[in-house]
Amino acid sequence: MARIDLELAHAYKPHPQRDEDYALLPLKMTFNDGGAYALLGPSGCGKTTLLNIVSGLVKPSQGGVKFDGADVTGRTPQQRNIAQVFQFPVIYDTMTVAENLAFPLRNRGVAADKIKQRVGKIAEMLELNGQLNMRSAGLAADAKQKISLGRGLVREDVSAVLFDEPLTVIDPHLKWQLRRKLKQIHQELKLTLIYVTHDQVEALTFAEQVVVMTRGRAVQIGSASALFEKPQHTFVGHFIGSPGMNFLAAQVNASGVSIAGKRVMEANLKLNGDDAITLGVRPEYVTLAAPETFGALPATVTQAQDIGTYWLITAHVGNGDGALIRARLNPEQNIPHVDEVVWLNIVGQHTCFYRNEELIA
Amino acid sequence: MELTLERIEQRVGANVHLYPLDLTLIPRAVTVLLGATQAGKTTLMRVMAGLDKPSKGRVLTDGVDVTGKPVRERNVAMVYQQFINYPSMTVADNIASPLKLRKEKNIDARVAELAIKLHIDAFLRRLPAELSGGQQQRVALARALAKNAPLMLLDEPLVNLDYKLREELRDELSQLFAIGESTVVYATTEPTEALLLGGYTAVMDAGELLQYGPTAEVFHRPKSIRVARAFSDPPMNLIEAKATQSDVMLNGSLSLALSLPALQSDMLTVGVRAGALRVDRRENDLALAGKVELAEISGSDTFVHVHTQVGELVAQLTGVHVFSLGEAITLYLNPAQVYVFGADGNLVVAPERK
Repeated sequence: MARIDLELAHAYKPHPQRDEDYALLPLKMTFNDGGAYALLGPSGCGKTTLLNIVSGLVKPSQGGVKFDGADVTGRTPQQRNIAQVFQFPVIYDTMTVAENLAFPLRNRGVAADKIKQRVGKIAEMLELNGQLNMRSAGLAADAKQKISLGRGLVREDVSAVLFDEPLTVIDPHLKWQLRRKLKQIHQELKLTLIYVTHDQVEALTFAEQVVVMTRGRAVQIGSASALFEKPQHTFVGHFIGSPGMNFLAAQVNASGVSIAGKRVMEANLKLNGDDAITLGVRPEYVTLAAPETFGALPATVTQAQDIGTYWLITAHVGNGDGALIRARLNPEQNIPHVDEVVWLNIVGQHTCFYRNEELIA
Repeated sequence: MELTLERIEQRVGANVHLYPLDLTLIPRAVTVLLGATQAGKTTLMRVMAGLDKPSKGRVLTDGVDVTGKPVRERNVAMVYQQFINYPSMTVADNIASPLKLRKEKNIDARVAELAIKLHIDAFLRRLPAELSGGQQQRVALARALAKNAPLMLLDEPLVNLDYKLREELRDELSQLFAIGESTVVYATTEPTEALLLGGYTAVMDAGELLQYGPTAEVFHRPKSIRVARAFSDPPMNLIEAKATQSDVMLNGSLSLALSLPALQSDMLTVGVRAGALRVDRRENDLALAGKVELAEISGSDTFVHVHTQVGELVAQLTGVHVFSLGEAITLYLNPAQVYVFGADGNLVVAPERK
């Protein structure tokens, strides 16, 4: 196992000029020994490129990769001692489950009794112990993928285990069980795990630290709570949560913060200056307020949806032509109907402020 | 258009793909076909479209029997999971194709209007392969809308897109459906997608149509355990229970204060939606102590899987909550928020709605 330090960039062409020329913009990042990390972002954000640079499948065009302080930039995945699990099962169909799990150990000349012990342990964790002597060929896709996971996790001496969307082939109803397995395994084996996914549930559930990426940039590295409560970048606010954070253009001056000409907040030292900023508030934290409440805005409801366990209200500031606000309301209260004018509280301890997409307060 | 299916059945050899069903779609509204994979959604849509002839039963459009009529002779627009476009035609020609086929006028203006609506106006001169998956599906949707057919069938159109794109496109589609005149059928496996689309929902399971009605009503009053199971995400918690004279007993020891109508059997199943379980205690709550198996975090919600004395339960908590595996937890439940199903699986009691 190793601590992994990255200080690099990866460009599509020899002399990159603009941001678009980079698959990965210059970044500096550390994966701590024994940590569980997820790289999360939409397709094309650079997460797989980053994973491939860690594994050694791709050499960065600038900078390098260090494992425990040693430069490994020029080394292959094998030399780096990396285990990988891919989207689709990579196993030997003609071997039994046990032989498949033992394969990475046998390859490295591990003693037979040690192999037996380790294979037994991994099989038990993944609930494969009943199938150890079965041929892999006859198994269902999810059982095969479990074997792939097992093969990735079976060696104790790996620098890190890398996962590239490993639950793609798993039936939705079984996914949570495998997520749980992966979490348990991480706690027990203390391996460094790096997990690439575009699925926020997978990333937020699995990882201690999630790296949120967009357009070749890592915009925030943080825990699930940090990404939800204090998105460092408007992209994180938008991407995490469904629907994502509401963003409203706001004006700061000596008397305070105003939105659409209405003052909603006292002057604040962190937001000084005469400036245009963006106020961000999650639909979960928008509440109904009495008319003229300080910190609330009048808005016209354009949609009211019963989502079963809650109501999702879509409203537009003012008469219905202003900025959009979404509120997630508990069904126990009176739910406003379409065309009704409501006052929505948007300022509170969970409200965030952004300038040029970056969090300022 | 009013589409009616009368005693439709579909068999392939000895396999039953659709059991006899009757369904009249609410005209000019969205009907969501909700069910797991293999529930029969695609089979039913193919019968609706005229792509397949049913083994038995009749298909009527506005009262006219069209059962044997092939799809070419019907006016139906379809959108599939895969992004299907004419690969050698530009985006503009793709959208224009149904209009050209009908030799319509003002084709360019119509194409431009649809392209703007679906945010692909910048790519009109490109080929589909030069676009992202989301943009390709927008082209397929624009072409389907261009057809302006009285019946529009969409078979999990967003399933192959990233979830943020899905969210955006679903919103836009609902708005387009709302202003359009078409009768829309939209198949999905996701309960939340059905709720977001609103309209009406037909719940399917293993080749059977189980229930059809306004989406929120079907969700809040599922006729049976099967409907409740199909229309809950996360799955509804189901607990075996027994009716006594004065209450409902869970696991022989926990009492739920509920009054029930007269029952044939005292064997019951209590259903608890994940959202009805809380970690904050209120008066008259039932307390269920347990251990955390896993906390799944979706961003907006945390789904806590808990091992309790009445079995495995899932609680849905708003926002991000962090629990360690094995941590002790107590879930609270208001007895007025439970569903009760009889021994036959049919609904006996549903929570009252405001």
